[in-house]
Amino acid sequence: MLSVSGLTKTFPGVRALSGVDFTARAGEVHALIGENGAGKSTLIKVLTGVHRPDEGEVTYDGSPVRFATPLQAQHAGISTIYQEVNLVPLMSVARNLFLGREPRGPLGLIDFRRMHREADAALRELGVRVDVRRPLRELGVGVQQMVALARAVSVDARVVIMDEPTSSLEPREVRTLFRVIRMLRERGIAVIYVSHRLDELYEICDAVTVLRDGRVVHTGRMAELERLRLVALMLGREIGEVQGEGLTKFSGGHDAEAEPVLRAEELTVRHELHGVSLSVRPGEVVGLGGLLGSGRSETAKAIAGALPTDSGRVLVAGVPVRPGSTPAAIRAGISLLPEDRKAEGIVPGLSVRENIALAALPGLSRFGLVDEGRIDRIVDTFMKRLRIKAAGPHQKVGELSGGNQQKVLLARWLAMQPKVLLLDEPTRGIDVGAKAEVQKLIDELADDGLGVLLISSDTEELIEGSDRVVVLKDGVVVEELTGDAVTEDRLMRAIATAPAGTGDPDD
Amino acid sequence: MTTDVQDTGKAAPSVNPPDEEPPGASRSERLSTLAQQHGALVTLVVAMVAASLSFDTFLTGDNLENMAVSSAFLAVVALGMTFVIITGGIDLSVGSLFALGGVLAAWGSRYGTAVALLLPLAVCGLIGLVNGVLIARSRLAPFIVTLAAMLGARGLMLAVTDEGSQTYLVDKDTFFATLGQGRLLGIGVPVWITVALFVLGAVVLRRTRFGQYVYAVGGNEDAAALMGAPVARTKIAVYTLSGLCAGLAGALNAAWLVSGVTILGSGMELEAISAVVIGGTLLTGGSGFISGSLVGVLLLKVIQNVINQIGSLDSAYQQVVSGAFLAVVVIAQTWLGRRRRVL
Amino acid sequence: MTELTLGRVTADRDRLLRLLQQYGVYAGVVVLLLANTVFTPHFLSAENFRTQAVQVAPVLIVALGMALAIGSEGVDLSVGSVMALSTSLISLYLGYGPWIAALAAVIGGIVVGCANGALIAFVGVQPIVATLALMVAGRGLALVLLPQLKDVRDPGMAALGSGDVLGVPYLVLIAAALALVVAFVVRRTTFGRQLLAIGDSRPAARLAGLPVRRVLIIVYVCSGALAAIAGVLATARLTASDPTSLGTLMELSAITAVVVGGTPLSGGRVRIGGTVAGAVLIQLLTTTLIKHDLPPSWTQIAQAVVIVLAVYAARERGKR
Repeated sequence: MLSVSGLTKTFPGVRALSGVDFTARAGEVHALIGENGAGKSTLIKVLTGVHRPDEGEVTYDGSPVRFATPLQAQHAGISTIYQEVNLVPLMSVARNLFLGREPRGPLGLIDFRRMHREADAALRELGVRVDVRRPLRELGVGVQQMVALARAVSVDARVVIMDEPTSSLEPREVRTLFRVIRMLRERGIAVIYVSHRLDELYEICDAVTVLRDGRVVHTGRMAELERLRLVALMLGREIGEVQGEGLTKFSGGHDAEAEPVLRAEELTVRHELHGVSLSVRPGEVVGLGGLLGSGRSETAKAIAGALPTDSGRVLVAGVPVRPGSTPAAIRAGISLLPEDRKAEGIVPGLSVRENIALAALPGLSRFGLVDEGRIDRIVDTFMKRLRIKAAGPHQKVGELSGGNQQKVLLARWLAMQPKVLLLDEPTRGIDVGAKAEVQKLIDELADDGLGVLLISSDTEELIEGSDRVVVLKDGVVVEELTGDAVTEDRLMRAIATAPAGTGDPDD
Repeated sequence: MTTDVQDTGKAAPSVNPPDEEPPGASRSERLSTLAQQHGALVTLVVAMVAASLSFDTFLTGDNLENMAVSSAFLAVVALGMTFVIITGGIDLSVGSLFALGGVLAAWGSRYGTAVALLLPLAVCGLIGLVNGVLIARSRLAPFIVTLAAMLGARGLMLAVTDEGSQTYLVDKDTFFATLGQGRLLGIGVPVWITVALFVLGAVVLRRTRFGQYVYAVGGNEDAAALMGAPVARTKIAVYTLSGLCAGLAGALNAAWLVSGVTILGSGMELEAISAVVIGGTLLTGGSGFISGSLVGVLLLKVIQNVINQIGSLDSAYQQVVSGAFLAVVVIAQTWLGRRRRVL
Repeated sequence: MTELTLGRVTADRDRLLRLLQQYGVYAGVVVLLLANTVFTPHFLSAENFRTQAVQVAPVLIVALGMALAIGSEGVDLSVGSVMALSTSLISLYLGYGPWIAALAAVIGGIVVGCANGALIAFVGVQPIVATLALMVAGRGLALVLLPQLKDVRDPGMAALGSGDVLGVPYLVLIAAALALVVAFVVRRTTFGRQLLAIGDSRPAARLAGLPVRRVLIIVYVCSGALAAIAGVLATARLTASDPTSLGTLMELSAITAVVVGGTPLSGGRVRIGGTVAGAVLIQLLTTTLIKHDLPPSWTQIAQAVVIVLAVYAARERGKR
């Protein structure tokens, strides 16, 4: 139905896709999986006309096509259901369903009675019964997704792309969604399903394509691919690969009796985390493992007070931290290097110097006046120590390379003399040399007695950098690897483990 | 089997009901929606009852007639503003356009009714169009574009009137003057015109595809674009419409006063915005309705009337009251909106 | 090949636009000064310069506060009404002496600023909307306090309005001093740095633990206080309190000065030097047109065009 061949797409500095072949067949649910940066979203964007490919061909219904806009792709019958529902929340269900193609009576006025009837019928067909006159926002996310699906189906979509559709659904909503997906399959619609929840993939998908680093590393029938093998493919590691290559820096030799500097107890955030507990001792690097969407970043944010928790508490050196307050967490000595460096980390318009001094400013000021001399000294120290490469302290951070931006952020937090560093993907999107430097820094910092919580999609980095690894899956701690058990093999097995029962994972 | 989704929408009967969404949340939500939509109407009724009990002069034919006619012009301006605000924008130029429209109409009235009506419509519509193009195509902030237009339109108005020294009069015997002065079934013609325009506006907003686009653009611009709504064209249309409404209101006002008065219209944009917001239209866009704006205008005028009736109070109190009103409504809207985002 | 050249052309155009946005205002001031020197009779006189400077002072002071608000990715539409409120308060409290009256006026501005800041920082209302409400209510309150024009007969006030030091009017000195203070605050204080960070990237500022709410409130308090000071000075110069017309359209002039001066509406940058030049530019533009017998209507239309051009040049590229 929809296929691409030899697809290559390059962004400045990054080759997002290279020579990708992918085929979605009618009446088949095709899983598209891969870790962050594997090229999934780029592929989807090429399919839906957001990006144009540099090389390669998109074939739709037997003939080559080139969509200029998402709208064109939609008119041709390719609909996308995004993670965040792309509808108008304040408008009613029926209006959303029919926007732009409302049934009209004489005088060109909209025939609401007919519209409501048809909207009701369309949703009923998907097994959803809901008052179509109600504003969309009053309904649950699940129903909203159904409406988006119904819209896709009613515009005669022949290919439906779903990007992480279940990420904020209740278990029973997921079941309804799956029923609808099966219905679509029976109607001969090609479904491309993007998700990180392995259990779901095996339940609903027929075929699977695994992407890594912009290439297809596997494609075939879903049922024929073993769980463990799938995880290995995604992470790019071989099962049973020798663990000797890992030079685990601190082979758990730290004083295991030492009082943890950070303790998180039973952190719960609706839809995201379910009773996550972990602890970090001074001088220890604790890895947080798991696939994308397993709750790693959310755990870090909850600890740093940037994500309000429903229950649970965080203690630093035994003292509870006021929940839900970033300043309180920072005062307690918790520093977070956020995953989205560009949007949440750096302040792009300010200089390297201002960025480094930003969080520590109150401490570097007297009567509200900035002590420029002290800032200069601190900035100088850290620029040297972290080997930040910039034209000078007054260069804008937005102009630096990713690695140097990351170092600036590290410097910002080190200037605060934190007790715990939470590093969320510290080496993502930075070049190899800088990566090694950042990794070395992490080691040094831990040696200095800092507690480090490390999140990384790079398994090698995670395994080699961490003394212990806490494995998350769907917002739950499923295993904790310590000592000799800190191996990629064990990590992958922990991730791949099927749930004990078929019960709801969050209860 | 087909009901589980519906249930989820209503009360989230998940195994572990989270505390922020207790059963019945949607009922209280619907109540708050109701308050947002009809709070102004209830307040209006209460205010009118209170006013008629307090002042014998309030519920007299003359007073009501007077209020109705003076509301008419603001109402027409608020009509256009409603469309703009529903798309999530704002139009600060309407006060100047109102004045400009009045002056142009009075000047044009010597060449006949057609010129007196078409000239202000053409000029004000054009300025609205320019606003819309700058906002929709060049993606400039609506408030600054329309603020500039406010200044430009005022300059144009001064240029037409020899720097404000010239007042053009409307001949009382023309048909144009009847549009302002005339009466039909004992009610002033401007009132009839306003009612007709509101009915037309409501039909356009509720029952045409364009109206749906207006809501969609204000509710979620990106989604609207993805669903194929002509976002830029819709925005250009609403600003043009707002310009047209302001120009027409100015023209009618000139006909009513039988002269183009240059000092009118300043502060009218604020009155219009207040009226629209008090009437239940969200300033963040995506939600609102025409009849609410009419209620908002009437409420402002009743307050003004009451303040005038209390001889000792200055008319300036009206601004304080409507400013405070605006603040309260906006705070309420923000809080309601925030609670909804959580859901 | 063609794509390459095309790319270079757009890059050049972007650079040109950026230069224009940053330094165009100074160039504009120089050009107008030169043009007026050549074409306008009696332009190069101390008397004329003094008049110009006195006229620009209140606008500049309001623009300083506006620059802070815009730097925090906001805007303050209530400044004109604050000026009106301040002139009313002066008339009311003049009986207690000019200092008490001026103090009352500034306190009034601070109160309005607090209200703005609370609506924006705690309730989460958009700045345009919050300050719009205060704009309506503020002018109304000013008129309630003082229903019509009233002469201000006070030697202290008169001295403030027309006195000078070595030929430089007090008004100009005060405006210059305030500009220096605000520039210092923006550059050298914790608050200034935090303000810029918040305006540039609010999520990053929040995650870095900055006191976002406190900074926002201070911004609007400053803006209110500066507008009130401008109101005091304008009252002193006019020797009258006119709450009906004082400060009308002031928000527009102030925003124009700030934007023309190269401070982007998207926040994260505050250019005080540019703001000063922006205010001067608008003043010169007005004078030029008036001195050449072009009516005020033209001035307004010209100002409208300048605003749109400035905003157009400053609009964020790449942002949809």
